[in-house]
Amino acid sequence: MTLIEQSATELLGLLKRREVSSRELTGAYLDQIDAHDQQIHAFLRTDRDRALQQADLIDRRRAQGESLGSLGGLPVAVKDVLCTRGAVTSCASKMLENYVPPYDATPIARLKEADAVILGKTNMDEFAMGGSCENSAFGPTRNPWDTERIPGGSSGGAAASLAASMTPLSIGTDTGGSIRQPASHCGVVGLKPTYGRVSRYGLIAFASSLDAVGPLARTAEDVALLLGVIAGHDARDSTSIVQPVGDYRAATRRPLEGLRLGVVSEHFGEGLDPEVAQTVRDAIDLFKDLGATVREIAMPHSQYAISAYYIIAPSEASSNLARYDGAHYGMRAPEAEWRDGGAEENPLVQMYRSTRAEGFGAEVKRRIMLGTYALSAGYYDAYYLKALKVRRLIAQDYHDAFEQVDLIVGPVTPSPAFKLGDKSEDPLSMYLVDLYTVGANLAGIPAISLPCGFSSDRLPIGIQLQGAALSEELLLQAAGAYQGQTTWHSQRPELA
Amino acid sequence: MGLSREDVIKVAQLARLELSEAEIAALTSQLGDVLTYIEQLSKLDTEGVEPMAHAVEMVNVLAEDVIEESFDREQILSNAPSRDDTCYRVPPVLGE
Repeated sequence: MTLIEQSATELLGLLKRREVSSRELTGAYLDQIDAHDQQIHAFLRTDRDRALQQADLIDRRRAQGESLGSLGGLPVAVKDVLCTRGAVTSCASKMLENYVPPYDATPIARLKEADAVILGKTNMDEFAMGGSCENSAFGPTRNPWDTERIPGGSSGGAAASLAASMTPLSIGTDTGGSIRQPASHCGVVGLKPTYGRVSRYGLIAFASSLDAVGPLARTAEDVALLLGVIAGHDARDSTSIVQPVGDYRAATRRPLEGLRLGVVSEHFGEGLDPEVAQTVRDAIDLFKDLGATVREIAMPHSQYAISAYYIIAPSEASSNLARYDGAHYGMRAPEAEWRDGGAEENPLVQMYRSTRAEGFGAEVKRRIMLGTYALSAGYYDAYYLKALKVRRLIAQDYHDAFEQVDLIVGPVTPSPAFKLGDKSEDPLSMYLVDLYTVGANLAGIPAISLPCGFSSDRLPIGIQLQGAALSEELLLQAAGAYQGQTTWHSQRPELA
Repeated sequence: MGLSREDVIKVAQLARLELSEAEIAALTSQLGDVLTYIEQLSKLDTEGVEPMAHAVEMVNVLAEDVIEESFDREQILSNAPSRDDTCYRVPPVLGE
């Protein structure tokens, strides 16, 4: 195994023992990016000088015997939805193409305090809306396992950068599956934490009641390492939770005992690719070998999750994205293009309309339209309020399930990664692939996606574990135990 | 439930989005498909169910009333599409 293919925790050991310097490691990942990102396009931006400067500083401090933060010189890639002070943060949107935030998002500030080296910003679906990374205004990311295929989304760059050994650690965000689904398609591990476990301060908002920042990596222990850095209360996010942060790394090494797993039979029904179904069932059998008991549980409202989600998320988005007005930051359409929309609008409104028309891509417009419709007079009760009630029923289903089992296990996605362009003309078909992942966001619970096998055309397949609020340690314990018995996570694609 | 072309135009006005003819046509059919799918919710009885707006239902998280350093005006204005020395510049809102 080459240096860049090693796990973050192994690399951390090498750094601590000074068998490798942060500069060497950072340089090796930057070289890998230079060699292969033309093809994969996992990154929107890297800054070699800045990263190497940071690495040198950490190396010097280590040489002087200073005690370093818990990432002590490890490189990290960051999804371009988190604000980085003094460095462009575009959200993969033309609207924010030149936006330079004056502050760091809290997860970024914590990475810096932990002495991580930020390699660059990863590609994503524009404003984190999408499941394929095709909605990036700057071109799609390709799946390193098959470059004709999508890497998943919206954190597609985050997952692809790991699969292509361009970084040992990645930060993503998950509003309806945007960490877990690309992790599954790229054969890496992705954890969506409990809502509020990681601060959203400085996260460019999509749907504020669903958005979660979380780690992606190649092993459960690496994910645990990164979660330990970014998790914790933050006074700057009023929805941040105060409970103490667990010892996540230790959890991944704890043996499994008496784990009670629940399976939702509807999640193995119509629409699930037979290879995915079989692979996930085999993984569940392995958990049985590890001493887990498995029982069927009922989630009677899970069939309504997509509908509720595609009302709530666009509604929140339509409100959150109202801030892109061409006045405060971001782009403004040139005056020559302003037009009266037929309602004798004043020039300010004309400027708004033209700016938003030019700055937003098709999917973002679609969601703003859907949300605006659901919130508009006469439809609010039938759509938005109804969806909030269904959200309660879905959360109640989870609550009831976790009275009987510790974790719910099942597929992450209905099929392995599809081909670029396959679903772009049919938004509804794209939304339906989120069916196993949106429930965790609606209920605010944590969930993890783990590599559990490959399809016959050698595309990665993932398994999802979902737990009750704040069960991150148990999820990581189960993930660690599973990876102790399997090698799916250590396989790498061959890059051209 | 379907969606008419007029609905799309009205919602675009509300959302401050200028749409081309092609976009109006595409959105009429695409949003119509999504709304038809979502229609399944009307079959579900939610009488008496309390709406759930947030996963962690905290209310009135208060901060200490302490004066802290804020952002520098120049730094914030540096992202403005149009500005003068101390303010954002926007097109006229009132008549000539």
